[in-house]
Amino acid sequence: MNPLVYLKRVLIAIPTLLGVGLVVFVLMRVVPGDPIAMMIAPGASPQDIQNMRALYGLDKSIAQQFVIWLGEVLQGRFGTSITFRQDVLTLIGERLPATLELGGVAMLLAVLLGGAAGLWSAARDGGWVSNLIDALVAVIQSIPDFLWGLMLMLLFGVLLPWLPISGRLDPGLSQQAGTGFLLIDSLIHARTELVKSLLLYMLAPALSLALPVAAMLARLLKASMQEAMSSDYVMLARLKGMSTRHVLLVEALPNAVTPTLSLSAVQFAFILGGTVLIERLFSYPGIGSLAIDAVIGRDLPLIQAIVLTFALLFIAINIAVDVLVVFLNPRLRASQTA
Amino acid sequence: MNFTDTPEFAEQRRAFLRHTGLSLAALGASGPLQVLAQNSNTLTIAYNVSLPSWDPTVGPSAVNPTIQALYKAVLSQYIDQNADLSLKPDLLTKWGWNADRSKISMTVRKNAKWHDGSKVTAEDVAWSLIRAGDPKTGNPIQFVWGKVTNVKAEGDTVTADVKEFEPAFFKWMAFLTGYVLPKAYYEKVGKEGFEKKPVGSGPYMVEEFVAGSHMKLKAFADYFGGKPAFETVIVKFVTDPSARIAEIESGRSDMTMEIPFEEYDRLKAKGFSGTNAPVTDIGMIFLTSLGPMLDVRVRKALAMSINKKALTEKLLKGAAQPIDTLQAPSYAAYDPSTKVAYDVAKATDLMKQAGFTKENPLRFKVQTTRGFKPKDFEVMQAVVGMWKNIGVEAELEVYEIAKHYELRAQHKLAPAAFYNWGNAIGDPSTSTGFAMFTHSPHSAWKTKEVDDLIGPLWGEKDEAKRIAGYKKVDKYIAENACVIPLFQYNQTVVFRKGLNAAPHGAGFVLPQTVKKA
Repeated sequence: MNPLVYLKRVLIAIPTLLGVGLVVFVLMRVVPGDPIAMMIAPGASPQDIQNMRALYGLDKSIAQQFVIWLGEVLQGRFGTSITFRQDVLTLIGERLPATLELGGVAMLLAVLLGGAAGLWSAARDGGWVSNLIDALVAVIQSIPDFLWGLMLMLLFGVLLPWLPISGRLDPGLSQQAGTGFLLIDSLIHARTELVKSLLLYMLAPALSLALPVAAMLARLLKASMQEAMSSDYVMLARLKGMSTRHVLLVEALPNAVTPTLSLSAVQFAFILGGTVLIERLFSYPGIGSLAIDAVIGRDLPLIQAIVLTFALLFIAINIAVDVLVVFLNPRLRASQTA
Repeated sequence: MNFTDTPEFAEQRRAFLRHTGLSLAALGASGPLQVLAQNSNTLTIAYNVSLPSWDPTVGPSAVNPTIQALYKAVLSQYIDQNADLSLKPDLLTKWGWNADRSKISMTVRKNAKWHDGSKVTAEDVAWSLIRAGDPKTGNPIQFVWGKVTNVKAEGDTVTADVKEFEPAFFKWMAFLTGYVLPKAYYEKVGKEGFEKKPVGSGPYMVEEFVAGSHMKLKAFADYFGGKPAFETVIVKFVTDPSARIAEIESGRSDMTMEIPFEEYDRLKAKGFSGTNAPVTDIGMIFLTSLGPMLDVRVRKALAMSINKKALTEKLLKGAAQPIDTLQAPSYAAYDPSTKVAYDVAKATDLMKQAGFTKENPLRFKVQTTRGFKPKDFEVMQAVVGMWKNIGVEAELEVYEIAKHYELRAQHKLAPAAFYNWGNAIGDPSTSTGFAMFTHSPHSAWKTKEVDDLIGPLWGEKDEAKRIAGYKKVDKYIAENACVIPLFQYNQTVVFRKGLNAAPHGAGFVLPQTVKKA
C-alpha cells in the first residue's frame, strides 16, 4: 500500500472540512431562527437586545463572524455553547464516546445478524428457509430505525420489561472517571456490573440502528455468495469432494465477503447519522441527542462543531474503507504498489 | 446436501442458541434492571426536558419556564410561590418598598445554609442581585434587575435604591432568573466549576449530573424548609413522550408529565394516579397589526367565529379552559365580566360589511407550530375550518418555534399566528403588557391606542389602580379583537399508586412537594 495515496486523501480532507464549515456557518445564520430572539425577555429594550447580540458576537456581519470563528478554530477553540454554557469541544468530547460505542455495538450486531442471515439464506438457496429469510430481510429493511426503536421500546420496555429504555447506564451505578468510553473503561477495569448495565441500556437503541443495516448486509452477502458459489473454483472444490461446510465457509465466503465488508464500513457512517433520532428516543446521552438540543436552541457554535465532527468522522470512515478494500483485494494492492 | 442440513450444523445451532440464551438470561437476572421506582426512599421522575446548564441566570435555560422546577429543587429563590401563584418566603422572609417607592428592603432568612455547609448571608443575596443587574453577565431579565442600584447588605438586611419603579419587581424575584447563588463558592470555582458541581441552598443537593441523561439528587439535611419525603430523587431527562409513557407504564419511573391527553386517560384507567389541572400557560392567536388585520370588523369576525368550547372539549379532551382575555382565572387582573361571544351569524355579517363572503373570501396566511404544544396544529386546522364558514380562506403554514421568535421580534409574523404564552407569576404586565405593547419585542399588535392604555401602567405605584387599569386594557383589547386568546392549558402529571403530588398553578413539578400517600 502506498502511504502517499492516503496522505493525499488526508490533505484533500482539509478543504472539504473548510467547505463544510463555511456552508454550515452561513446556513445557520441565513435560515430563520435567531438564538438571541429565543432568549430575549419580553421587556428587553432594543439596547438590551443589542447588548445580548454583542455578548455572543452576533452583532457583526456574517463575513466578519466567519473570519473570527475560523481564526479561533485554527487555534483549536470552537467557542462556548450558548445553551450549555460550556466549551464546545469539551461537550463534544464528553458525548462522542457514547455515540461511538453505541454505533460500534450497533455495527457489530448488524454484521453478526446480517452475516448470519445472508450466509444461511445462501446456504439454503431456493428452499423455504431461504425464502423466509429473504422475506424477513425485506420487511426489516423497509422499516426505518426510529420505528424499530418505538417497537422495541414497546415490546422489550413495556410488554416484556426486560430492557431499560432511557439513558446509558443505571443511575444507581456510579460512573468512573476515564476516557468517556464507559464500556471499554469498564471492560479494562473488569467492572462487570457496569459492563452488564451498559450493554443492557445499549441493546434496544443498538438493535434499532442495526436491524435495517443488517438486512442490507444480508442481501448483499447472499448475492455475493450466490455469485461465488457458481464460480469455477467452487465447482472445482465440489468436484474434489470437499464438504459443503468447507466449500461454503472456506472457498466461497472469503471471496464473497469483500463487497459486504466495504459496505459495512460505509454503513457505519449511516449508523452514526441514525443516532440523532435514536439517541433522542432512548434519551441516550451521545452526540446525536446533543445535535438535536443544539438545533432546537439555535446554539450556533455547538451546531458548527457537531457538523464538523460528523464530517470528520465520515471522512475518516471513508479513508478507512479505502484502506480496508485495498487490504482485502490483492489486485488493488498490487496496482497501488506498482 | 446443504451444510445447514448436516447434524454438525444442527448441533452448532443448538449450542449457539443455548449460549446466547444463557447470556441474555444472565444479563437480565443480574440486576441492572432493578426497579428504582419501587424503592420507597427514591423517587424517579421521567422529566420532559433536559437540563443544559446549572446557572439559572444566564442563557436560554434562564428563560425556559419548564426547567425552573429542576432549578427550584436545588437552588433557592429570593421569593417562592404557593400553588395558587401567591408569593411566600424563600430566602427572603420580608420584602417591600418604602412609602414613596424609592427604596427596597429585604430581610434574609437566618437559618439557611448552602449545600457546602456555609451560611447563606445577606451578602450572597446582594451579590446575586448586583450580578443579575449587570448587563455584562448576559442575564436576559437584566432589564428588571437593573432597575435597582446601590445594593447593600447589612446584617440580615439588603437594601437598594430604585432607579425606575417596577411594580412586579418582587414577583420577578419568584420568577425567571430570580435565584440566589453562593457568592464565595461561585467566585472560587468560576462558571465552569459551578456547572460541574452546583451548590445551592434548596431541598436537594446534586449528587450526580449526566447531561442529556439524568441527575441524581440527595436530600439536604440542613434545608431550612424541612427534609423532603424522599431521600433520593432521580430525574431522567426523557424528551420523547412515547418514552415517558413507557417509563411510567413499565414501572421504571414513578412519575412523569406532559403526555398526550388520551394517554393520560388510558393510564388513569389502568390504575395510575394523576393530576390534570390548569397552569399558567395559554394558547392564543397573535394578530399582527398589518394588512387585513387593520380592519376591526375582520378581527372581530375572526374572534367571534371560533368555537373555543368545541376546541377544548373535543380536541383537547377537556384539558383546557376557554378564555377571552390574556388573563387566566388565577391571574391578578382576571376579569370574568370581559367576554367575547361565539356568534357565527354576526361574524359572517361583519365579514360581509368588510367586503368578504364565502364566494369572495379574504385570503391570508396563518402560522402555527406542530407538536410544540399539545394539538397545536390540529387546533389551528380546526380554527381555519371555522373561519372558512365566515368567508376566510386561510393558508396554514407550519414553522419551528425558533422562526416564530425571530419573525415576532422583527414584526414579520403572518397576519395570524398561534403561540402559547406562559406567565408563572400571573401579573398583567407579563401577559397583556409584554404581549400587546409596541416596544416589547414579543408583541405583534403595535398600535397607539393600546400603547396609550398600557403605557401609564408600567410605573403605576398604586397596585389597585394598576390592576384596574389592566382590566380596562383587556376589555378594550377584547372589544377590538387585537389578539385572540383561545384557552388556558392544563398540565398532565401521572404517578404511581402510593404517591401524592398536588398540582402547582405555575406548572412546577417539584420533587420536594411529592409525598408518600
